[in-house]
Amino acid sequence: MSERKLLLGDEAIALGALHAGLSGVYAYPGTPSTEITEYIQSSPYAREMGVRSRWCTNEKTAMEAALGMSYAGKRALVCMKHVGMNVCADAFINSAVTGVGGGLVVLAADDPSMHSSQNEQDSRFYGKFAMVPIIEPSNQQEAYELTIKAFDLSEELGVPVLLRVVTRLAHSRAAVNTGEPRPQNGLNPSDSRGWVLLPAIARKQYLKLIDKQQAIAAAAAGCGATKLELCPKKGAPGIIACGIAYNYVIDRLAAFPGKEVNILKVSQYPLPEEKVRSLAENSSEIMVFEDGQPVAEEALRAIVGDGFTIKGRLTGDLPRTGELDPDSVAAALGLPAAETFSKAQNLAARPPQLCPGCGHRDVYNALNEVVSEFPEARIFGDIGCYTLGALPPFSALASCVDMGASITMAKGAADSGLYPAIAVIGDSTFTHSGMTGLLDAVNDGSDITVVISDNLTTAMTGGQDSAGTSKFEAICTALGVAPEHVRVVVPTPGKIPEIKKILREEIEYHGVSVVIPRRECMQTLKRKKK
Amino acid sequence: MKTDIILCGVGGQGILSIATVIGEAATACSLYLKQAEVHGMSQRGGDVQSDLRLSDSPVGSDLIPRGEADLIISMEPMEALRYIDRLSNGGTVITSSRPFVNIPNYPAQEDIMRELESLPHLVAADIEALAAERKFPRSANMLLLGMAAPYLSIIPREELRSAVERVFARKGKAVVEANLAAFDLGTSIK
Repeated sequence: MSERKLLLGDEAIALGALHAGLSGVYAYPGTPSTEITEYIQSSPYAREMGVRSRWCTNEKTAMEAALGMSYAGKRALVCMKHVGMNVCADAFINSAVTGVGGGLVVLAADDPSMHSSQNEQDSRFYGKFAMVPIIEPSNQQEAYELTIKAFDLSEELGVPVLLRVVTRLAHSRAAVNTGEPRPQNGLNPSDSRGWVLLPAIARKQYLKLIDKQQAIAAAAAGCGATKLELCPKKGAPGIIACGIAYNYVIDRLAAFPGKEVNILKVSQYPLPEEKVRSLAENSSEIMVFEDGQPVAEEALRAIVGDGFTIKGRLTGDLPRTGELDPDSVAAALGLPAAETFSKAQNLAARPPQLCPGCGHRDVYNALNEVVSEFPEARIFGDIGCYTLGALPPFSALASCVDMGASITMAKGAADSGLYPAIAVIGDSTFTHSGMTGLLDAVNDGSDITVVISDNLTTAMTGGQDSAGTSKFEAICTALGVAPEHVRVVVPTPGKIPEIKKILREEIEYHGVSVVIPRRECMQTLKRKKK
Repeated sequence: MKTDIILCGVGGQGILSIATVIGEAATACSLYLKQAEVHGMSQRGGDVQSDLRLSDSPVGSDLIPRGEADLIISMEPMEALRYIDRLSNGGTVITSSRPFVNIPNYPAQEDIMRELESLPHLVAADIEALAAERKFPRSANMLLLGMAAPYLSIIPREELRSAVERVFARKGKAVVEANLAAFDLGTSIK
């Protein structure tokens, strides 16, 4: 039954996957990708169809489990934010070499402008690196349709397909016309030896992947959402608009009619060479509009050569960093800017902060007081709500780099002689990527104190289940931390003297110690009370 | 015909519920719409903002170009000021006048109000006080939506009102009635 629904880009992808006969979604929460898995988790249809949807411990376990489902013949979706691609890269790159059974779609939600991220890496590089098709929808309707297409294409070509969106599509809502759901694939485990990537087999598999490149390029050239529109004017300027950038271009051109341009809208990669050449032949120059890094701009240069005028992020015609918007696009197109009121005078920045009553606050209050007794101390931070401890009034953190790096950076600093070296990590981040680093520290007898600030949830992304809840003491002692140096406290203002005492004792213990302040997240608590 | 709206406030003030109601009403009226929301880190007590574009023809950009917003609907006065350089010359600011102070360097309230009043079209009210006085303290955001209703002529007022009903229906009759009362009170504020 066809329906019209108001959906976030993320939700359109989720629904597209369900209608493509999805058997399982595998994901770790990460802005702006989280709502895809949440939509499937709360979908009555997914429940009825038995679609597997529980959160995974990290993106690597997610990617591998999805590959296993694909091996067994069924359709699987992996979702993550862009930096999650770094975590699952090993499995992702190799899944292109093994090839797939059931359709395997890997969704990467990029965050240009770093609304909620530590970098703005462009996942299209990963698709190119793995030599797999990359699909980039430009709106919510395409997000729905191209997700279905991505599953078909994955099975047709026998490779995983990378589906790339950016924050402004993931988190923007529009009406979507939906179609009929397709049934799930039956169980059909592969008998191919191609899944065993021993060097002798891997070389053959790699050649097979190379042989698929022509078909992958042909599929991109034939993508229905990619289209070349030539205007009647000879030698008009040309535009390549990728993904969501197309919306900004058509919006501004519609607002200022009369500007004649040739437009190539790109929704799948590699760039369609024939259409690009045709655009170049009909255009005086080509301006490239793409959100993220200059992936298409570089590819375009390789196709049209040095003699042709290309404008884009590399040439300074568009901002080198940050997301595009209708204003930067209009400026690059030479369109006039509206006259506006000037910026307000009575304005102050309002950065995000830890919620009132949040247990992380008590952890930082206690830590800061204890650390003031040790002038050389450094606190290494990690990724989550508690990263806000880097900002005033706490200003507690020396670093925040990637999931799990608090423990391993503290270890490396301690190995260098820094004392006290303290790590602050959240419960979900600890199970995501902190456990292996803790094992290294135990094996090396490193002099570190690890604070696992446990709020019983993955809070930053909105309160998803945390993989290690109720298992932390057992995990730490099993990894070899002495049981008497795994200390649990309740972070409340009244308990600060006790927390300080325990922190001091564990800092003064020269070995690996773990302090676990444990109290439920205020947001999830509030939701339960409603 | 189009109406471009910037919805703003502080994380947790309920601007996404306003967006949901307008979205529901606009869909019922078969309007085209795009609504870019803010999720993630800034929802923790930081400034939050959503671009909502309504039109009787397809909408291109998910974001409103600078100087083209017809309305700023804000749950907080300083947050309304944050976006005035995106407002069109004929645009209107509809805002709560009650400051939400969770930063040490919050400007003086009278300076904020003076700057807001220097704009050609302003509707401001202490929506939280009004909502508390009328015993629907959790519906201040629907009161603000009511204040905006006369400027949302692209959607008939009855459609907005019945969207309030539909959006809150699953929370029970009392919640629906509180929100409708707040909405109706808002429409009378000029």
